[in-house]
Amino acid sequence: MFLINCPFCGEREQSEFKAGGEAHIVRPKQPTELSDDEWAEYLFMRKNIKGIQFERWNHVHGCRKWFNMVRDTSNDQIKAVYKMGEKPPVK
Amino acid sequence: MKNKYSIFSLVKNAFSYHENWEKAWKDPEPKKEYDAVIVGGGGHGLATAYYLAKKHNIKNIAVVEKGWIGGGNTGRNTTIIRSNYLWDASAGLYDHALKIWESLSQELNYNVMFSQRGVMNLAHNLQDVRDLKRRTHANRLNGIDAIYLNTEQVKKFCPIINTSQDIRYPVLGGTLQRRAGTARHDAVAWGYARGADEMGVDIIQNCEVKGIKRNGDSVEGIETTKGFIKTKKVGVVAAGHSSVIANMAGLKLPLESKPLQALVSEPVKPIIDTVVMSNAVHAYVSQSDKGELVIGAGTDDYVSYSQKGSHDIVEGTLNAILELYPIFSRMRMLRQWGGIVDICPDASPIISKTSIKGLYFNCGWGTGGFKATPGSGDLFAHTIANDEPHKLNAAFNLNRFVSGDLVDEHGAAAVAH
Repeated sequence: MFLINCPFCGEREQSEFKAGGEAHIVRPKQPTELSDDEWAEYLFMRKNIKGIQFERWNHVHGCRKWFNMVRDTSNDQIKAVYKMGEKPPVK
Repeated sequence: MKNKYSIFSLVKNAFSYHENWEKAWKDPEPKKEYDAVIVGGGGHGLATAYYLAKKHNIKNIAVVEKGWIGGGNTGRNTTIIRSNYLWDASAGLYDHALKIWESLSQELNYNVMFSQRGVMNLAHNLQDVRDLKRRTHANRLNGIDAIYLNTEQVKKFCPIINTSQDIRYPVLGGTLQRRAGTARHDAVAWGYARGADEMGVDIIQNCEVKGIKRNGDSVEGIETTKGFIKTKKVGVVAAGHSSVIANMAGLKLPLESKPLQALVSEPVKPIIDTVVMSNAVHAYVSQSDKGELVIGAGTDDYVSYSQKGSHDIVEGTLNAILELYPIFSRMRMLRQWGGIVDICPDASPIISKTSIKGLYFNCGWGTGGFKATPGSGDLFAHTIANDEPHKLNAAFNLNRFVSGDLVDEHGAAAVAH
């Protein structure tokens, strides 16, 4: 359990949020031209990093808006939060 | 040859105050080269080494473990064993394991305390009833014992369950697999370690893998905190840390590592002589031989390697437990802990070759790997020794995420993932 600083609502308990997995996975521009390997990469393969990870979260029991987070998955420390569409802060 | 454990050895050692028992396994330094190295000294890894040595005649094997054997998820799970999975591939895999469990204590000469006390899965809504009936039929077609119980039969089998129809999620029925049950998790790791050690396997603890050395598309060895170990075959059974090891070899896996929690209560007299699981409200409970209630909670939904979960997950599980078992309302919980589980998108494991020659992965067991320990070790050993999967684990290859031939056990698993 930890606190998350929602970029829209401020600091709230993690239980108000839903984790949305790895961030910055770009949806294929031409889905019809993707090979099976590329589909597998897009749909299933994840970095699953132990350490600094970029991920998406949704304040599902609050403003219901999506945003991005930089978090150290080895100790759950949050390094930064930033809005969708913004450039990720440098580590 | 190790001394056999028996009532006679117990009596004999009693005369020397149990101070002269032979060590169950040695504590060797790594050799320069092995025929095969298993990364991860949990139940699955030790079982893999045991069956490699026993059935495939590969004796020069090392198991490297970054902590102590059985100290990861092997020592953190709720020890439930069952094989009532929906799909044919899963039923084959888990029932293979269950069959080995039934004679494992005798085979290892080590009491793994396998207790076929039955596992009951509850239905709380109409869809649960349909799903569980379907699963019962599927199980029986695959030769797995399964029966469907109505509410009265559930109450008769486990009288402390609240079967009142006035609760939020009333018990509408359930399934029962009588061959299912529990085992002592530490004993499984120790028994396999002792058996493997006897056949010459080196069990190297406090030895963390730092890198995987490749020569083009094949494995040359592993870098560890105890130096470089040369080998042509590396079997990775690292559970929550599988992605970390894969990354060392330049591979990506379809896994997410998340904390899964469990807790035990203060010990009490025998009150529940079976295992009861409920998918809809996410509660499962059994009682250990010491008398503690063993309760499994759910996973957090975020990636974490911190081995601790959120309090609200525990709270949600206990709410459900108390509604189903009002008798537990004043029990105190003794301990709570977390383990990091590696979850596949289809909630089925991976026992597979990889694109790198000599590198094999056994991972993705998610929240339910303990039950499969003996079968997983047996099939992974087969895969490593023959460089080909056994027919029972052929469906659980890495390529299924490319071909789309997934083994979706989300709906059939006894608890939500």
